[in-house]
Amino acid sequence: MTQPKEKLDKGKLLELYRKMVLIRRFEEKASELRQAGFIPGFLHPYIGQEAVAVGTCAALEASDVITSTHRGHGHMLARGADPKRMYAELYARQDGYNRAKGGSLHMIDTELGFLGANGIVGGGIPLATGAALQLRRKGSKGVAVSFFGDGATNQGSFHESLNLASLWKLPVIFVCENNLYGEFTPQDKHQPIRDIARRADSYAMPGEIADGNNVLDMLRVTTEAAGRARSGGGPTLVEAKTYRHRGHYEGDMGRYRSAEEVEEWMAKDPILNLETELLQDSRIAQQELDHVRDDIEEQLDAAAGFAEASPHPHPEEALEDVFAGSNRAAPS
Amino acid sequence: MTTMTYAQAIREGLDEAMTADNEVFLIGEDIGEAGGVFGVTKGLWGKYEDRVFDTPISEEALVGAAAGAALLGGRPVAEIMFSDFSTLAMDMLVNQAAKTSYMTGGRLSCPITVRMVTGTAGATAAQHSQSLEAWFTHTPGLKCVAPSTPADAKALIKTAIEDPDPVLFFEHKMLYNLKGEVPGELDDLPLGKGKVVRSGSDVTIVSYLKTLHEAVKAAENLESDGISAEVFDPRSLVPFDREGLGASLERTGRLVIAHEAPTTNGFGAEIAAIASESFWGLLKGPLVRVCGRDTPVPYAPELEGFVLPDAQRITESVHQMMKQEVATKA
Repeated sequence: MTQPKEKLDKGKLLELYRKMVLIRRFEEKASELRQAGFIPGFLHPYIGQEAVAVGTCAALEASDVITSTHRGHGHMLARGADPKRMYAELYARQDGYNRAKGGSLHMIDTELGFLGANGIVGGGIPLATGAALQLRRKGSKGVAVSFFGDGATNQGSFHESLNLASLWKLPVIFVCENNLYGEFTPQDKHQPIRDIARRADSYAMPGEIADGNNVLDMLRVTTEAAGRARSGGGPTLVEAKTYRHRGHYEGDMGRYRSAEEVEEWMAKDPILNLETELLQDSRIAQQELDHVRDDIEEQLDAAAGFAEASPHPHPEEALEDVFAGSNRAAPS
Repeated sequence: MTTMTYAQAIREGLDEAMTADNEVFLIGEDIGEAGGVFGVTKGLWGKYEDRVFDTPISEEALVGAAAGAALLGGRPVAEIMFSDFSTLAMDMLVNQAAKTSYMTGGRLSCPITVRMVTGTAGATAAQHSQSLEAWFTHTPGLKCVAPSTPADAKALIKTAIEDPDPVLFFEHKMLYNLKGEVPGELDDLPLGKGKVVRSGSDVTIVSYLKTLHEAVKAAENLESDGISAEVFDPRSLVPFDREGLGASLERTGRLVIAHEAPTTNGFGAEIAAIASESFWGLLKGPLVRVCGRDTPVPYAPELEGFVLPDAQRITESVHQMMKQEVATKA
């Protein structure tokens, strides 16, 4: 059941659209910039899964925190991160979010409660559980959200954390983005179940299935989960059924997927879905969507320009930050 | 001055840290009402019920929960009931906590303290007896502390908790009942400050944890044989007191390194490298390592005794070192 879009005001609907297009175009442009030699490291594009991050983050408050994954740009942008500093980090420049020490897999924005992408599959799940413990200890109404993929649900960190979070009724939303592949391996070759939400039963917590290609459905399910977490009802496992349009990382041709399967999911593109819905809404005209897209192009061009103009790190900066307080620049 | 055991001293340190700062909390297996397998946290559950968390047997989740809380300002102290079980929390220790400051360009840190219950307790065999400190000293971003006396244990647990970085606190099971004097008003003890436990002029024995006490016994044996041994306790391995080691070698010119962990790639190898790189000119001859043999820790007391270093083996090694020196010179 999708939340009737009439309930959302026009501004909010357009904001959901803007964020999704921003993520899509950020990733497409990052791919081009990498091919052009501006970005040295890994990229795991979020293209195709935008509705999961945007719908979930639309359900959150400023006091909430997030742990993310290797495919983290979407979560970060959905939370409101600055594309300039993200590109600067991908370019490995001083103005990057992590001062060029992390790259795509480790980006953070503490002011947004974004506790980091993560290079380890399942690595963010225990951290989100601990963050939720701390939020509760401090008497905050905040919740912790942990994003992870279907592959992570075979890690011990997933099972240990769900058990602990449910036992202690911690305010966590575990958002599993089931994109049907753990790296190159299809779901039916890496786990004996199709609906990961069922794993919630083992830990006596609600397990909800959401349409991960429908931002309004994501918003509905995660709003409910966040409400439950804030009122002491404990964690929820949300399984978002979705698909990544591209390979596991930039450069992976995805030959392990059939053309039919890819085509089928392309037709369910979350951005096209939302566009169609929005254009059926008498309040929204095509020009407004075009305007959103034009603005994003400008914003991303400026962001790439900012990254390119940002200074390279000095080699000896490699020796700073091994321990806290060893950075000569003031922390920000 | 109060006489107390090493376990009591750690407990007092935890207690004082918890009184001083509400952000300090304890998390681990059976540490609550039960007070921990070795009784270190006994009584703290009653005093700070909402800050002592008993967890399921889930080392990754408990260290991860500590690390996640630390990212938001908590000062958790996690207990690994037997440090052997840290293998199950390696991702949280090595990939997450250790790298937080570095990979975020110093924008975030992860101030957890992890109590690593280390070494043999006597016939505890291969999976409950290991001394794994070198795995962690080899991971940039982690600090490693190894106190050998009640006074140092109390002072250093407080320093570890206040430290802005992840600190692994190695405590030896066979020291828990060791009694020692602990001043009522402890001075702050920074990490990286070693201590000359016994002065001498012929040889420096560097050691820590239980083996330090074997080294002191060895020094006493050697004294009656006319050899004056200095015993140097680094107290923390990362950071390591290079100056303290250098000053001792200046007095003695000979180096023996003793620890319970296996010899190969043990922390003693690092001490040896520091001595060769920085203090070569002070050394009168080759240094000697008296460490655990390169085997898992066996069960039978006579096997365990053969594998782990003791006062006798240290004493003999020093004698041999001196004899060889005489032979080389002759």
